[in-house]
Amino acid sequence: MNAPLPGPLKDNPRLDRWLAFPAPGKVTVLTGRVELGQGVLTAMAQIAADELDVSLARIAVHSGDTAATPNEGYTAGSQSMQSGGVALRQACADIRALFIAAAAKRLGCGANELSVRDGALLRNGAPTGEDYWTLTPHVSLAVEATGAGTSKPVCDLAAVGSNTPRLDLPDKIFGAPTFIHDMRLSGMRHARVVRQPSANASIGTIDEAAISRAAKAPVELVRNGNFLAVVGDDETAVDRAAVAALSAVRWNNVEQPAASQQEASWLLQRPMLDIAFGAPETPRSQSMERFEATYSRGYLAHASLSPSCGLAHFEGGHLTVWTHCQGVFPLRGALARTLKLAPEAITVIHVQGSGCYGHNGADDAAADAAIIAMARPGTPVRVRWRREEEFVYEPKTTAAIVKIRAQVDADGKPSDWTAEIWSGTHNGRPGSGANLLGAYALPDHPPDPPPHDVPEANGGGATRNAEPLYDIPQKRILQHLVTEMPVRVSSLRGLGAMPNIFALECAIDELAARAGRDPVDYRLSITSDPRARAVIEKTAAMANWDAKAPGGTGIGRGIAFARYKNKAAYSAVIVELEVADEIRLRHIWSATDAGLVINPDGAINQIEGGIIQSASWVIKEQVRFDNGVASFDWETYPVLKFSEVPEIDIELINTRDPVPLGVGEVTAGPTAAAIGNAVSHALGARIRDLPLTRERIMAALLGD
Amino acid sequence: MAQSFDFEVNGKRVSVAPASDDTPLLDILRNTLGLMGTRFGCGLEQCGSCTVLIDGRPEKSCAKPIWSVTGRTITTIEGLGTKEKPHPLQQAFIDGQAGQCGYCLSGIIVSAKALLETNPAPTRAEIAAALDGNICRCGSHNRILRAIEKAAAAMRAGTGR
Repeated sequence: MNAPLPGPLKDNPRLDRWLAFPAPGKVTVLTGRVELGQGVLTAMAQIAADELDVSLARIAVHSGDTAATPNEGYTAGSQSMQSGGVALRQACADIRALFIAAAAKRLGCGANELSVRDGALLRNGAPTGEDYWTLTPHVSLAVEATGAGTSKPVCDLAAVGSNTPRLDLPDKIFGAPTFIHDMRLSGMRHARVVRQPSANASIGTIDEAAISRAAKAPVELVRNGNFLAVVGDDETAVDRAAVAALSAVRWNNVEQPAASQQEASWLLQRPMLDIAFGAPETPRSQSMERFEATYSRGYLAHASLSPSCGLAHFEGGHLTVWTHCQGVFPLRGALARTLKLAPEAITVIHVQGSGCYGHNGADDAAADAAIIAMARPGTPVRVRWRREEEFVYEPKTTAAIVKIRAQVDADGKPSDWTAEIWSGTHNGRPGSGANLLGAYALPDHPPDPPPHDVPEANGGGATRNAEPLYDIPQKRILQHLVTEMPVRVSSLRGLGAMPNIFALECAIDELAARAGRDPVDYRLSITSDPRARAVIEKTAAMANWDAKAPGGTGIGRGIAFARYKNKAAYSAVIVELEVADEIRLRHIWSATDAGLVINPDGAINQIEGGIIQSASWVIKEQVRFDNGVASFDWETYPVLKFSEVPEIDIELINTRDPVPLGVGEVTAGPTAAAIGNAVSHALGARIRDLPLTRERIMAALLGD
Repeated sequence: MAQSFDFEVNGKRVSVAPASDDTPLLDILRNTLGLMGTRFGCGLEQCGSCTVLIDGRPEKSCAKPIWSVTGRTITTIEGLGTKEKPHPLQQAFIDGQAGQCGYCLSGIIVSAKALLETNPAPTRAEIAAALDGNICRCGSHNRILRAIEKAAAAMRAGTGR
């Protein structure tokens, strides 16, 4: 009886969608997961090397290509190893079994006499003259996976668990043309979009002479409805023309986000869908102490270092699109919908961009290029957004309000827990039916999908990690999904986990303080999951946690913990910082249990990156509105600088557990809450609203 | 007739004749000379992705008009080393796996080269301060700082190039 196939393999059962033997001595791994700077391609090669028994040097990885690779949806949710890697492992195990069976037949021996060493078939340890490549004519991979291959036990894994250097990093260190921004196609023209300021805005007048004058070299305008672009051979001229068009094109019916909509509190009185999860609300017990506190976070930007870029070529009725988005298949579907083409008439290919951390402008830039390419058949088109365009038009992550209500028993432990959340959606992705940005400017664009958030089965969106993992008898979530938002909102690293864990873990610290307990001891007293206990204890040991450290001295320490989505990796984070009028991070420690770790150095890199990015969100970041998005460059949206990054120590534990759990998002929530708790410890006063700005610190100090 | 501008890039004399004399150096490097290693990040001289050396000093190239570099000597990431013969900084970045998406690295490595030429034994804080004009959004800061410390040590010991 074969084990059930992992999800992505069940969805893409043909083995030739996962692997190819393109030339003697060479293996190509095909994966639907794409490189976003997280080292996923290297990790996939490691998995294949072990399951196939071939050396890493033989393996090339081809990823994110609708014409070649499996459809794995999005590279998101820390699912690449947990889901995609496990699927690749099974596909490789099946393929290895097919080759062993074929070799046994040709050699007239039992399969159990055969083994593989670096692609060569050995019979009882002796060479047979056969290898994967001599056997290729006898083994068809145009068959479906069966799950008949047995993947290796953890003790036999060698590439998995090793610090294999990243395959993609040298090109980036030597300045090779690796990014989509560096692609140049023969006959290619550059383009910039004259952005429709808001979904219903229409073009009033266009001062073409002013645009041409500013360009200083020939450019032309391409228009379809309210979609307007500047196209030319000279990128510098096209860029100048696009900047001139900001004032040379007049728009009607423009709606802009107002300053009053900037703060999370604006969400409270909006049209919303109410959804309840968990135990029914219990009547308030008179005998129990009650805790209630409200936490909030503003809008955040992905703020990818490179503005989005897309290339497209429409020729002979077929559209080819190059993109750095997270899901080539969902983008193909959205392009088909927008451009009224059959999906089969579109090929979408991933090319690396800068780190994205979620749904940024990548899909939209690809759509821009596609719309222009459709208007200029035969001419490859490259669109690169301007920096300000990326900041203003990328989907933001929603502001959120999280109100925690708890009833506390005689021991000071929570017995009943409610998390009430006001938030926009975390799923504005084109794969969920949302429109690509450029579509709104086209005549007759597809309708918007009904309001929805990320399904609970996928970890939820606004509800992600709202339920405490702690031993609390009654828990529930009340979600208010705000349906009309002032700006487009979608997925950013961790989705609702960041505001929810911030609220939950700050509330736990507040309860610990009420009970007169040390925050570490208090957490352990309500935690029975041994893996959760292990990361909390390990992190406390790494940081030499001192239960008696006095508060209110201007120097503070805080801890927080979470298991991502309550079903993925476990992580605890301790932060030490000092607060004067601003926060200065001193040191951060984290122990993470991500189960089987494919590449420990890569995992540590991801965990550390998650910590630094979250620290930046908490200390510095909020998208401002002021009759438009007022955070439009790195001065109006500052992020953490080199001199502001603290020492960080990370340890991985339980790394040879059989099941891998993704790490890309695990530290986002705990870091935010640990900083919040450390600031509270340092000040002797609690700040419940993010970001922890100078104004909020001063207000807390003055006792407002 | 477009005006031409002569300067030196990575040891070679070049002459370019863009449509206008205020074309940014970065556009010339990438689109005219095909040197894609210097990255476009913001065009606003804020993020440091486009940092190059001009007469040995680190400068942002995204808004630097081409007329202003006439007769000057420019070094880009491609001028530091190759995979076969890496600059000690590049070797240290590979050894330390110092990067995630890598988009910031060209500008950071070039900035670090300028720092080490004036200060061969910088403290961690001095390196960080020298990189405050370079944004890394993935959170590879500490790896990058450690790699630069190691490169500095290798260069002082003469084990680098």
